[in-house]
Amino acid sequence: MQRDGNQKELKLSGSDITKDRHNRVLKDKEEIVPSVEKEASSRKLKMETQNLNFYYGTAQALKNVNLPIRENHITALIGPSGCGKSTFIRTLNRMNDIIPGIRIEGKVLLDGIDIYREDIDLSALRRKVGMVFQKSNPFPKSIFENVAYGLRIGGVKNKNILEEVVEKALKDAALWEEVKDKLHTSSLDISGGQQQRVCIARALAIEPEVILMDEPASALDPISTGKIEELILDLKRDYTIVIVTHNMQQSARISDYTGFFLLGELVEFDQTSKIFTNPKDRRTEDYVTGRFG
Amino acid sequence: MSRSFSKIQGYTFSGLTLLASLVIVAMLGVIVWNIFINGYGTLSWGFFTRAPEQGMTAGGIFPAIFGTVALVILMTIAVVPLGVLTAVYLHEYAKPDSVIARLVRAAVGNLAGVPSIVFGLFGLGFFVHFVGGGIDKLFYPGEVAWGQPAIIWAALTLAVLTLPVVIVSTEEALRAVPNEYREASYALGGSKWLTIRKIVLPHSVPGILTGAILAVGRGAGEVAPIMFTGAAYFLPYLPSKLNDQFMELGYHIFVMSTQSPDVEKTKPILYGTVLVLLILTFILNLLAILIRSKIRTAQRRAR
Repeated sequence: MQRDGNQKELKLSGSDITKDRHNRVLKDKEEIVPSVEKEASSRKLKMETQNLNFYYGTAQALKNVNLPIRENHITALIGPSGCGKSTFIRTLNRMNDIIPGIRIEGKVLLDGIDIYREDIDLSALRRKVGMVFQKSNPFPKSIFENVAYGLRIGGVKNKNILEEVVEKALKDAALWEEVKDKLHTSSLDISGGQQQRVCIARALAIEPEVILMDEPASALDPISTGKIEELILDLKRDYTIVIVTHNMQQSARISDYTGFFLLGELVEFDQTSKIFTNPKDRRTEDYVTGRFG
Repeated sequence: MSRSFSKIQGYTFSGLTLLASLVIVAMLGVIVWNIFINGYGTLSWGFFTRAPEQGMTAGGIFPAIFGTVALVILMTIAVVPLGVLTAVYLHEYAKPDSVIARLVRAAVGNLAGVPSIVFGLFGLGFFVHFVGGGIDKLFYPGEVAWGQPAIIWAALTLAVLTLPVVIVSTEEALRAVPNEYREASYALGGSKWLTIRKIVLPHSVPGILTGAILAVGRGAGEVAPIMFTGAAYFLPYLPSKLNDQFMELGYHIFVMSTQSPDVEKTKPILYGTVLVLLILTFILNLLAILIRSKIRTAQRRAR
């Protein structure tokens, strides 16, 4: 029953964003439930991969990955370069689909539905599972147009709605105060940290449920990194977050769960505190204590 | 002994390379200088606004300028959409190693290598006789309305000739659109079509414009493709319909230099016309270079 409802939402067409927002408001109301239930639902699995294998041509990049992603928590993925963590995060909103010659086995579930099913609407999926990239990549347009882009291509034309959403998204991305007087200047004329927050605001504007972040702070200075980390912790209240990071301290600081990838394998997955203080696998221990990688 | 000989060889060779380079500059210099000195005096308001008079020994070149402009506008209208669509297909849709893409690329490359007189004959055979003649047979039986040399056929012939220029520079512009922009658009729920329309094409406009200008510069200077397909020796009227003939600068130069009744009297006008054509193509090329360098700096900033 619930499955069916979710299915419908995934197949929403582009012009239904406002309706989708409306649904979300309703859903939020429905979530006013006894605290015991709420406790249970907050541990709910938002996404999950089951026996996920991924191939670039003949090279296998992911080996049998089973990873749960809990709702309203931050899941961090760590591991040395080339271990498959970026490939993994990009399977969660099917961004790998654009690469020719890839093959995928296993399942990636979003609210219990396999997102690799034939009838999945990719646009709707990516509006539900947003993404922030390693290299901040604002479009060469104004700040306003960057944040409004997702709505515009979703068919929203009403100026008032656009302005309202852009303001809210920029506030949520902790950028509003810095840019409110220059919304119509080019997003290339602001600092790197601000550009990355424009990208986050742009992802927030379409109200996704999950936000994937592929090393969102790796190209930023410590102060900007700090701001982004703070922001991510704030966003946890409303969103489910998956973050890939090179930086183990960052993972320890912000995440609730951590998965350690090595050579395409998910070596260990656990609560972040356990991964960093009491890892079960020898390789995890070697990595988090800095013995290699 | 042998060492100093090889030293001399070395000096001679480096001297030769320099000389060769200077020859090129000198050639261009001599051509431009010669044309400028001899043509400058002819340029006047009347030269630009009047028609040739007294068997081209007096008067101006207005009809030729008008015809050239009309020709390249028609050509641009034909070549830009076709070239841009082809480039978008090649770069955005086709798999790089697909049979069709390879076929198209080979065709584009070979098209660029075909001598322009062949295009002229192709235009006469295909556009004038086959297409134009076909239209006449279908809609104007017994008449000759479209099956004759006309500005539309000349423009289409030039469009085929300049197609590679537009395709290559558009593809270059598409390649310069960072993949990160495409990914960002997909990640926000953009379909391929929306991404191309909202992100890729707007970002490529300067590059497409450069291609169009280069095509115009090339097209404006070509004579062979339009000789049989629409350019006229002399016309008492300006072209007003697509199936009218027209006068054109390059062809006018050819006519004046080969068919003039009085060579000495025609000479200054001839020089003036050449100067005008030269300035026109230089300006167009300069414009293309300026736009291109502007895109490059803008793109560097975007990184």
